Amino acid sequence: MSLLEIKSMTHRFGGLKAVSELNISIEPGRVEGLIGPNGAGKTTVFNLVSGFYTPTEGNIIVDGRDTAGLKPHQVTAMGVARTFQNIRLWKDMTVLDNIRISQHHRLGYSFFDAVMRTKRYMKRESEITAEAYKLLEELSLVDFANEYPKNLPYGTQRKVEIARALSVKPKLLLLDEPAAGLNSSDVVTLINLVKWISENFPVTIWMIEHHMDVVMELCSHIVCIDFGETIAEGTPEEIRNNPAVISAYLGDDNI
Amino acid sequence: MKKYNVQIILAIALAILAYMAQEEIIGKYALSVLMFMGINVILSTSLNLVNGYMGEFSCGHAGFMAVGAYVSSVLGVMLFAKDKVFGPALLDPSLSIWIFPLIVIVGGVAAALAGLLVAIPSFKTRGDYLAIITIAANYIVISLVENIDTIGGARGFMGMKSVVKAMGKTVDMPWMPIWVFIFTILSVWIIRRFISSTFGKGVPAINQDEIAAEIMSVNTNKMKMVAFMLSSGLAGVAGALFAYILGYVNPGSFTILKSTEVLVMVYLGGMGSLSGSVLSAILFTLLLEALRPLQIIKWVVVPFLLILLMQFRPEGIMGNRELPDFFPRLKRFYAFKD
Ligand SMILES: Nc1ncnc2c1ncn2[C@@H]1O[C@H](COP(=O)(O)OP(=O)(O)OP(=O)(O)O)[C@@H](O)[C@H]1O
Ligand SMILES: [Mg+2]
Repeated sequence: MSLLEIKSMTHRFGGLKAVSELNISIEPGRVEGLIGPNGAGKTTVFNLVSGFYTPTEGNIIVDGRDTAGLKPHQVTAMGVARTFQNIRLWKDMTVLDNIRISQHHRLGYSFFDAVMRTKRYMKRESEITAEAYKLLEELSLVDFANEYPKNLPYGTQRKVEIARALSVKPKLLLLDEPAAGLNSSDVVTLINLVKWISENFPVTIWMIEHHMDVVMELCSHIVCIDFGETIAEGTPEEIRNNPAVISAYLGDDNI
Repeated sequence: MKKYNVQIILAIALAILAYMAQEEIIGKYALSVLMFMGINVILSTSLNLVNGYMGEFSCGHAGFMAVGAYVSSVLGVMLFAKDKVFGPALLDPSLSIWIFPLIVIVGGVAAALAGLLVAIPSFKTRGDYLAIITIAANYIVISLVENIDTIGGARGFMGMKSVVKAMGKTVDMPWMPIWVFIFTILSVWIIRRFISSTFGKGVPAINQDEIAAEIMSVNTNKMKMVAFMLSSGLAGVAGALFAYILGYVNPGSFTILKSTEVLVMVYLGGMGSLSGSVLSAILFTLLLEALRPLQIIKWVVVPFLLILLMQFRPEGIMGNRELPDFFPRLKRFYAFKD
């Protein structure tokens, strides 16, 4: 069974059809790619999958369950986490807090526990903090645990945002242009990081990326969309040589 | 040892306050200033939860205060005093000593429910538009009170003095200063514990990036509801205490002017600084007393101070920092942040 199934999904912004009759399925355990020229509708697809928009038509099925009517935090609780094209960390809270706050779906205590500092509260808070430290340790971010994201270099912020998404323990991790704005050495680090995550965590990764070398290096399967419609899909090799893809990109300055 | 330091200091402070009030070492006037200080601390810290930590602009705090004041006043008078409208006391007045804190809490709960008037629109509305809704909420409460004749309408409502007297008659202690002290400490304590928990940190997460919060697992509607209801509920507690200190309430005490006063305290202290709000509430109470001879002119002076503040120190006295960020030694006595 596919982990994610997008079934004839259409999304309109007023008169603009940003996504049109899209069918995509993501198989578990892989790193998959979503590419397409600027304004093709890639981010909109991610916004739809994470529940931020409700599709005008069609269905999104995560792990066998239709996400229609769910709020974004409920979709996250089902195991879908993401990063953003423009980093959206909570800039005035420490890296550690950024991770801890993302555990709201499994806090396991109530307002009254928090105010009364009950045993349950103390136990859960220390577990959440320990898990956060463990994850930061694994991603070699532990030195920044008490730093504010606004004070960190851009590449590190990207990495922290990936760590925050991973902390949710997602089944599906959506990365929206993780290499955007990175210098070439950071790009290499990122490629290694994504590889390492896909090998060491039980997570399926679906990434949007403009850097073709990143996509070609990481993804085993790629979907290319333009004007919200699939124009090609297949292995990196097939995509590279697909005439539809080449012409979609040739009209664009990106390649 | 560190764990109990603050509790011990507070208990001693309460004992000294009660003793001095009882022996009339502190005069009536000074005592009432102290009590208003406590009430202002509750008001400014609770408004800071919404305006500072959550980054919304609520300007109807006095409306919730009114709900707490009226609900607890009517309840107290109904239960423990003889009243023209509500008839004889329903319970033995000597019980008031036990029931009084409950009456204050009921006032708070009622105000928390009134907070839904703002909390529910906040799911879809932000910023300026929500600010307008909070003003409307303030007006709704005031107009409602003015038009209910059983609780005195625009003339106001009284009879709370006899409830306070009944407490003093049962056990001769300065009950109002004691309860104001306890509820003030309790309010600050609840807010502090809430905002330092991972649960409560969902509130500043909404402030800093609401979309990220919702997508990274924070139930933003629920957090807004908790923040608004806690904030308005504590305003209700402050209102209840206010009513029993004065022994008389009228809708005129809870207008936008009062809400503005609380706003000044929050901005004076610093958005998102709890110790800042406590400090500024204390300073502001003293300032208002000092300006009392100016009478109505003080309402020229206070807003002017707000303008100066916004010009020269818009982050308030403390910014979003806490006391120990300035005086690290305080940490030995009290862990402010967890
Ligand atoms: N909230 C919105 N309201 C109206 N139109 C929108 C909105 N979000 C996106 N669009 C439009 O939908 C189309 C698809 O946008 P989208 O952001 O999904 O593109 P993208 O493929 O992610 O592009 P890029 O590579 O530049 O990130 C664009 O034409 C964009 O202008
Ligand atoms: Mg995009």
